[in-house]
Amino acid sequence: MPHTRTTAPSHATEKAARPSTAAPPPPTPRRAPRKVRLWRKLTPWLFLAAPLALLIAFTYAPVANMLAYSFTDWDGVSPELKYTGADNYIEIFTRPELFQVFFVSGYYLAASAVQIAAALYFATILSFNVRFRNLFKGLLFFPYLINGVAIGFVFLYFFQDGGTLDSVLALFGHESDRAWLGTSTSANISLAGVSVWRYMGLNFVLFLGAIQSIPGELYEAAELDGANRWHQFRYIIAPGIRPVLSLSVILSISGSLSVFEIPYIMTGGATGTETFVIQTVKLAFQFNKTGLASAAAVVLLLIILAVTWLQRRLVPDDRVDLV
Amino acid sequence: MTTLTTPTPVTRRRVARTLTYLSLVGASIVVLLPLLVVLLTSLKTERQMADDSGALTLPDSFLNFENYATAFRDGEMLVAFGNTAFILFFAVSGTVLIGSMAAYAIDRFTFRFRKLVVALFLVATLVPGVTTQVATFQIVDSFGMFDTLWAPIALYMGTDIVSIYIFLQFVRSIPISLDESARLDGANAFTIYRKIIFPLLKPAIATVVIVKGITVYNDFYIPFLYMPSDDLGVISTSLFRFKGPFGAHWETISAGAVLVILPTLIVFLALQRFIYNGFTRGATK
Repeated sequence: MPHTRTTAPSHATEKAARPSTAAPPPPTPRRAPRKVRLWRKLTPWLFLAAPLALLIAFTYAPVANMLAYSFTDWDGVSPELKYTGADNYIEIFTRPELFQVFFVSGYYLAASAVQIAAALYFATILSFNVRFRNLFKGLLFFPYLINGVAIGFVFLYFFQDGGTLDSVLALFGHESDRAWLGTSTSANISLAGVSVWRYMGLNFVLFLGAIQSIPGELYEAAELDGANRWHQFRYIIAPGIRPVLSLSVILSISGSLSVFEIPYIMTGGATGTETFVIQTVKLAFQFNKTGLASAAAVVLLLIILAVTWLQRRLVPDDRVDLV
Repeated sequence: MTTLTTPTPVTRRRVARTLTYLSLVGASIVVLLPLLVVLLTSLKTERQMADDSGALTLPDSFLNFENYATAFRDGEMLVAFGNTAFILFFAVSGTVLIGSMAAYAIDRFTFRFRKLVVALFLVATLVPGVTTQVATFQIVDSFGMFDTLWAPIALYMGTDIVSIYIFLQFVRSIPISLDESARLDGANAFTIYRKIIFPLLKPAIATVVIVKGITVYNDFYIPFLYMPSDDLGVISTSLFRFKGPFGAHWETISAGAVLVILPTLIVFLALQRFIYNGFTRGATK
């Protein structure tokens, strides 16, 4: 990250500004340099104006506003709002149905573990010589690129009564007549399965890239020492891709907490599949409880920050640059 | 290799090979089956669907594109593709410009508050967009951008910090001596950015265009929240609206889904290598 190099460019900028400001000759010999200096000072800010304005408008201002709203009873529309102190927060932690959505994240968290394990397995075998390697690589990654709404429909049909899954099971002689999205448990498991289907490819490609950056001689040396595939994985691959692995863990935890698309498209949050973000969107935009929704969002943000911080403590970032 | 004497290691190796391929084929089926079934369904007629012959049966005719016509026409997919293209163009070129300018300024100048600016961009990566959406909504609304195509454009441009990092890495690898010799020739900072830095950033621009393009094309949340009007549908939201009018008409819904997936598939096949690299770079910063 950008903490290095502070010296070189400074004198260069000095020169740059000079030709552009045509200094009027003798009478005002002193004002020109000041103008030049001002211009020089201004240049970086001209480049940064747009990015910073956008950053502040769409990241920092919302965070600040969100904190402020979270202590009010604002409905998002009326000009009136009352400060209610910590009431919203108390409501979140005391009304079990509001807090319950976090349990739904558990399904997605479990799914992430499956997803990372599968991605690790496929990345490992596909980094060795395998026939049709590129074909398999493409097949495994492609779902990640597909539009979420399309995936939602594909899997609505998949779990449909008499849909893909039922038909496949019928092929194996298992007549099933259950509604896969009908009960809370099976619906959540089904939806979490969809999320594995969708995101496994991303983890897979990240792992693959990391594994390929490990020098090949290491494997050869290990093979000479009589190491088998498992040993190679355990002692060469696993340590080599640790940074990417820990990044994936972080991404999947924060991802599990902020699931929205697939359950919203497929079930609309019905039968106990409501996630935190669906709930927040409903609170804010259907029930006009902007204050409460903001408090909920603050809680989510704090959880994600805590997880990130914890992970940084547990697995300190080693400098390995994999890309 | 080690095929000399005892048959055991050989057979074991062969078993391992077979299992490896089995798992790969299994995974491929898991990936492909749901998609293929939707493709089959999209080619079936309404009557065939009603006969309830099961999801795995083949369509009567593989050339029945009736459902595609219906989905395209009644689902207003043309408008959707137009809106998506408009947003894509402005959001992606905005992201490229903004990201490269920010990276240039941060890497090539020393100025007061430089550290603070860097920290601002850094900390922002920690704030997931979904958490601030309620408050962001109020801000977008107060700019009068709600329910216009500009809301998603501004949001996609303004919240993409990853691309700034990608550009930063590349700007750093461009030797400063190039800037300096240009300065000696009388170029100012803007000329240097335009004539030297920007053209040399091509690989980074390709990465950002691909990653950003795919994200914008597939995004549902932002257009869904910020552009409720019917005529402002992008492909995600227009497809989502199929749920209402086409209800249980799976043949039409499937056709719509295939219409949306197809461009992604084509781009993927054409740009495979760049796409993998792009995502590796984008995610690991």
